[in-house]
Amino acid sequence: MNHHVDHFFVKGDPMIYAADLMIIMTTLAVIFVLTYYKKWKWLWNEWLTTVDHKKIGIMYIIAAVLMMFRGGVDALLMRAQLTVPNEDFLDPQHYNEIFTTHGTIMILFMAMPFIIGLMNVAVPLQIGARDVAFPYLNALSFWSFFTAAMLFNLSFVIGGSPDAGWTAYAPLAEPELDPGVGQNFYLLSLQISGFSTLATGINFFVTILKMRAPGMSMMKLPIFSWSILVTSAIIIFAFPILAIALALMTFDRLFGAHFFTLTGEGLPMMWANLFWLWGHPEVYIVILPAFGVFSEVISTFSKKRLFGYKAMVWSMVLIGFLSLIVWVHHFFTMGAGPDVNSFFSISTMAIAIPTGVKIFNWLGTMFRGRIQFTTPMLWSLAFIPCFTIGGITGVMLAMAAADYQYHNSYFLVAHFHFVLISGTVFGCIAGLLYWYPKMFGHMLNEKIGKWAFWLFVPGFLICFLPMFFLGLDGMTRRVYTFSNSHWTDLNVIASIGAALMGIGFMVLVYNMIWSARYGKRDKTGDPWDGRTLEWATPTPIPHYNFALIPRIKRLDEFWYVKQNNEPSVLRSLPVSKLKPIHMPNSSGRPFVMSWLFFIVGFAAVFYVYWVAALALIGVLVCMGLRSFEIDDGHYVSVEEIKRTEKNRIKEA
Amino acid sequence: MSEQNQSRNSDGRDFPWQHVIGFILSIVLTLLSLWIAFKTSLSTGMIMAIIIGFAFLQAAVQLFMFMHVTESEDGRFQMWNMVHAFIAFVIIIVGSIWVMSFGMSYMNHM
Ligand code: HEM
Ligand SMILES: [Cu+2]
Repeated sequence: MNHHVDHFFVKGDPMIYAADLMIIMTTLAVIFVLTYYKKWKWLWNEWLTTVDHKKIGIMYIIAAVLMMFRGGVDALLMRAQLTVPNEDFLDPQHYNEIFTTHGTIMILFMAMPFIIGLMNVAVPLQIGARDVAFPYLNALSFWSFFTAAMLFNLSFVIGGSPDAGWTAYAPLAEPELDPGVGQNFYLLSLQISGFSTLATGINFFVTILKMRAPGMSMMKLPIFSWSILVTSAIIIFAFPILAIALALMTFDRLFGAHFFTLTGEGLPMMWANLFWLWGHPEVYIVILPAFGVFSEVISTFSKKRLFGYKAMVWSMVLIGFLSLIVWVHHFFTMGAGPDVNSFFSISTMAIAIPTGVKIFNWLGTMFRGRIQFTTPMLWSLAFIPCFTIGGITGVMLAMAAADYQYHNSYFLVAHFHFVLISGTVFGCIAGLLYWYPKMFGHMLNEKIGKWAFWLFVPGFLICFLPMFFLGLDGMTRRVYTFSNSHWTDLNVIASIGAALMGIGFMVLVYNMIWSARYGKRDKTGDPWDGRTLEWATPTPIPHYNFALIPRIKRLDEFWYVKQNNEPSVLRSLPVSKLKPIHMPNSSGRPFVMSWLFFIVGFAAVFYVYWVAALALIGVLVCMGLRSFEIDDGHYVSVEEIKRTEKNRIKEA
Repeated sequence: MSEQNQSRNSDGRDFPWQHVIGFILSIVLTLLSLWIAFKTSLSTGMIMAIIIGFAFLQAAVQLFMFMHVTESEDGRFQMWNMVHAFIAFVIIIVGSIWVMSFGMSYMNHM
């Protein structure tokens, strides 16, 4: 406690006062709207206590889009500061805090939840399941991610933001060099959200292995679900490492241990090692699902089955494995010997091979297809050349000797934004646009959507292409200003590109608001003429997903059933076969438990251990209550199923 | 899954002997390791070897007494789980030691 509480509220910066004001106003507005329209009960019953994977997915995506806004504002602030030499719009400390929160939020609180949101929406539907394997755990995952994100964001106005980079390298992030509470926020919020991700990984791993519709063998599993299976396996490998590393550094900071400190026999380099043992697999955790989305979208809008499905599957499995043995390419310059660097140099380059296979498969899928240039398809098409640039520069970075030149320069910044934005962000957007009608029952406006695309993608290229050249010319990463006037032109161009991306994002969001009111309603449930099972459900999707679980005979079952007019429960439901459906009950406990986690984290950030201990006891009580609870779920009656599905019922 | 649990619980609510034995074995193995590390005058290498042996025994106790490896209706998954765990072990532990070995001379004065 003591002096840390004196600095409880961050003072003295007009931007932060503005943020304080905005937070208060938004909170008041939300409370007012909910009270005025008498929506509290609805909010609690329909959303806060839900265990329905579709609603959880939607909440994940909403949170991710909000975080994309926050991370995007940070990005624009950084670009504003770096547009011309010797600017003093942001002071160095503030700049450090901004690039730290930008990186952390974008990877952990934007990309991750966006992907987890998409997998929640699509995977159980694609595999013909009624829910995920552990619905209650799923709700707990969402709420603990959400409270962790709130905890992290709070650091901006309370206590002060972390400022040691999203990689939080020791000893820089240790208390001697980084007093204050910012780094505690980083450690505790990542710990909570990491727990949530690990639970999700286990949940979906089991769901995909155990809950597939009868007949859906592994080689008939839709490609997006395959990508999530591999991703879940990587999560199960990588996230425990993060948990341990964070816990060790938390011990250093809160309890005076010396795992990574310079003094007391600590081993600071071990932090880099553990961080990237998690961190590199992490970038594949956010890229593989995007590969899955692109595969679905490209195949749907080329009206062809995916070219080389098996090669796609095996290349993902191989990428998944290789992603685990390349982590040292993030610190080639740390001082390890030539044998270590060579091994990791070669293993890194090897990833380019299966990745290349996938690129050819996407091109092969489009070849001689009937391509429809819908908005999700546009984002997928733009991904291919942009990602190729990212991949090629990645191979350049992977040469250990050459990396001594590129390391920590803007060249690296350009590289990883090319892969992260054109891969993950384009993939998330493509997936959102693709499944949007399924999630919300209406289409997005294609024209506004194309505006968003044509602002964002060129903006992205204008922003990041110049950075390759800035990097080669010697501009280093994580500098808050520069004085070399040779770099001005390229920096100005980059900032213009960043602004275009910002506008593109706003248009994208505007499209959602516009379409909620005026967008074309979709009653068919299958507006894109889809291939996989999710398009066989009616829209809005009944909470039990499938009245009758289909029997699967081939890949893209739904497509072939439609093409050949085959009789199938995917198209009409024989009444005689309907049976009551067993579903899990809602529960408020995941919500309560996650806010208790929040209190644990918040109190520990300020070293107020008795509060943290009390809240932790609360968590344990919740777990205890759960383990003694006799909750057998409930049944959906045949009557209710008939009422819900009246358009599809076939009397027989 | 629920059916399987029921069949196991249905033959009475008998005392969970397996768990108790597993629990006692774990404690004994842990105490033994402590005793060997603190109270014997074996060489460091020897102590390490014995402790690692105990660690494997302990892992086996966990897997068989608590985690029901033998009770699954589908042993294939269990096998893949163990392969996954083994690969993770090799990559994380062996990999880290190899990567970090350049700095280890620093630890000589320990
Ligand atoms: C073709 C495959 C890829 C190769 C060969 C590759 C190679 C590399 C290398 C060698 C570095 C370290 C450079 C340095 O520190 O000097 C790096 C950094 C990075 N890469 Fe990649 N990469 C690939 C794909 C990806 C993907 C798919 C993502 C994410 C979706 C990604 C995200 C990143 C990030 C975030 C960093 C920066 C880490 C930091 O802050 O230091 N990379 N990449
Ligand atoms: Cu990497």
